[in-house]
Amino acid sequence: MAIVIDARGLSCPQPVVLTNRALGESDAITTIVDNEAAKENVSRLARSKGFRVETEEKDGLFYLQLSLERAESETVRPEEKTGSTVFLIASDAFGRGSEELGQLLMRSFLHTLGEIFPLPEKIIFLNTGVKLVVESSPVLEDLRVLGEKGIDILACGTCLGYFEIKDKVAIGRISNMYDIASTLLGAGKVIEL
Amino acid sequence: MQDPNLIVGFERSDDAGVYKLSEDLAIIQTVDFFTPIVDDPYWFGQIAAANALSDVYAMGGKPLTAMNLVCFPIKTMDIEILKNILRGGLDKLKEAETTLVGGHSIEDNEIKYGLSINGIIHPNNILTNSNAKVGDALVLTKPLGTGIINTAIKGGMANDKVIAKVSESMAALNKNASLAMQEVGVSACTDITGFGLIGHLCEMVRGNDFGMVIHAQKVPYFQEAREYAQQGLMPAGTFRNKEFFSKWVDPASTMPPFISDIFFDPQTSGGLLISVPREKADSLLIQLRGKNVPEAVIIGEVVAEPKEKIIVF
Repeated sequence: MAIVIDARGLSCPQPVVLTNRALGESDAITTIVDNEAAKENVSRLARSKGFRVETEEKDGLFYLQLSLERAESETVRPEEKTGSTVFLIASDAFGRGSEELGQLLMRSFLHTLGEIFPLPEKIIFLNTGVKLVVESSPVLEDLRVLGEKGIDILACGTCLGYFEIKDKVAIGRISNMYDIASTLLGAGKVIEL
Repeated sequence: MQDPNLIVGFERSDDAGVYKLSEDLAIIQTVDFFTPIVDDPYWFGQIAAANALSDVYAMGGKPLTAMNLVCFPIKTMDIEILKNILRGGLDKLKEAETTLVGGHSIEDNEIKYGLSINGIIHPNNILTNSNAKVGDALVLTKPLGTGIINTAIKGGMANDKVIAKVSESMAALNKNASLAMQEVGVSACTDITGFGLIGHLCEMVRGNDFGMVIHAQKVPYFQEAREYAQQGLMPAGTFRNKEFFSKWVDPASTMPPFISDIFFDPQTSGGLLISVPREKADSLLIQLRGKNVPEAVIIGEVVAEPKEKIIVF
C-alpha cells in the first residue's frame, strides 16, 4: 500500500526521520517536502535503502516518489567511487623474508593504523591474513579499536573454511568473493599488504 | 566614523571584536549561544561554553570573565536540567581559568544557552583570519563532521558510542591548541564553526593575494559522518554553505561527494585552523602533541596561485 508523508514545514532531519519510519512498512512511498535540503536528504535516505527516487516539482513543493528496487540490487554493482581506501591483507605477515619479523611488523602496522588519519574504509583479510581476526590473534585488540572507529573489517569465508577456523572469528564479518570483488572494484584506492 | 581603537571589527567575519585600551592591552569580546545539540544537559553546557570561549582562543587571547545567557521554559521543565546545563558551563570555565561574573535569563519555550566572554591580548599579538602567508602550512586541530552527527542525534538515528565521541570533541577547549600556537608563533588562525571548513578558508583568502590547497586525504573527520550523510542526515546549513561558498572552490579541484558533504558541514565548537610558517610547522605539531591535541594534522598549504581560491585534491 502506498503511504503519503506530508513533511511540509518541517526542517531537517524531520522529513528523513518520518520517511525512514515508513520505508520499513511499505515499498511505495510519496514524501512531500518544501525545501531543497529536505529533498536532497530524503532522496539520499531512500537510495541508501535501495529505493528508486522520482522527483516532481509543483508550486514550490517537491513530490518524491520512492519505490523499492528489486532486480538491479541482485547484480554486482560496484560501490560508488568516492576515493575511499581499502586495505587488502593477504597474509598474516608483513613483507617477505623473515616470517617472524613479518608477523611483528604486521602487529606494529595494525597498531599504528589506529593512530593516523585518514583511516581506510575497509580492511579485507584473505589467505593466511584471516588468522588475524580469530580468537588467538595477537592483533585482536588493535582490530577492535579500528572497528570502533567505524572501519569495516571483512574476512574471506573460503579462507576461514580452509584453515578450519570459521567458528573462531572474533572480529569483523565473514564475507564472500562477490562482496570482496565488488569492494575492490569500487574502491578509490586499494593498498595490498 | 569608526572608532580608531576598534582594531578588529566584524567586517571580515572575524571571530571576535578587539578593542584597544592602551598601547599594550586590548580587550576581546565575543558572544555565542544556541539550542541544545546533545540530549545530556551537562554535556550541552560544556559544549556551549567551549564554543563561546573558542573565539578568544582563535585570536590568541586569554579569556578572563564570562556571563551566562539563558532561555528556559521554567514553568514546564524540571529545574534540574537547567542546573546541569549551568554546571557544565561552569566546569568548562574553571578549566579555562575564566571567572563567571553574572548573566541573564528569560523564560522561553525552547532551551537556549551560551555565554559572552571577555578576554585580553597584547595589541601586537592579535591573530586574525586574514594574515596567512604564501608557503604557510595549514593545521587543523579537531576532526570534522559534527554538524552531520548532530543532525543524526536530533533525528534519533545516532548510536551512543558516536554521541559520546563527538560530545567529547565538541566539549574540548581550544585552549591548549591556542597556547601551542602562541608559543611557536603563527601567521593567522580561525576556528571552524558554522561556515564549515571551506567557508572559513574562504574568509581567510577573501581579498588577499593568495589561495589555499587542501589535501582531502589528510583532513580528519568522524567516519560515521560519511555514513549518516549518505542516509540523508545533513544539516540545512550544509546546503547553504555549499550554495554560498562553492564559487571560491577552484574548478580544478577533485572533491568526491562525501568529501564535499564533510568540508561544507557546519561545525559546533570545531577546532582551530592555524596558518603556520612552513619551517615552524613541525614544532607546532610537537607542541600540539605535547599539549594533548593529538588529532592536529597538516591538511594543506597557502599558495600564490590561484588567488582567492581553495583547491581541494
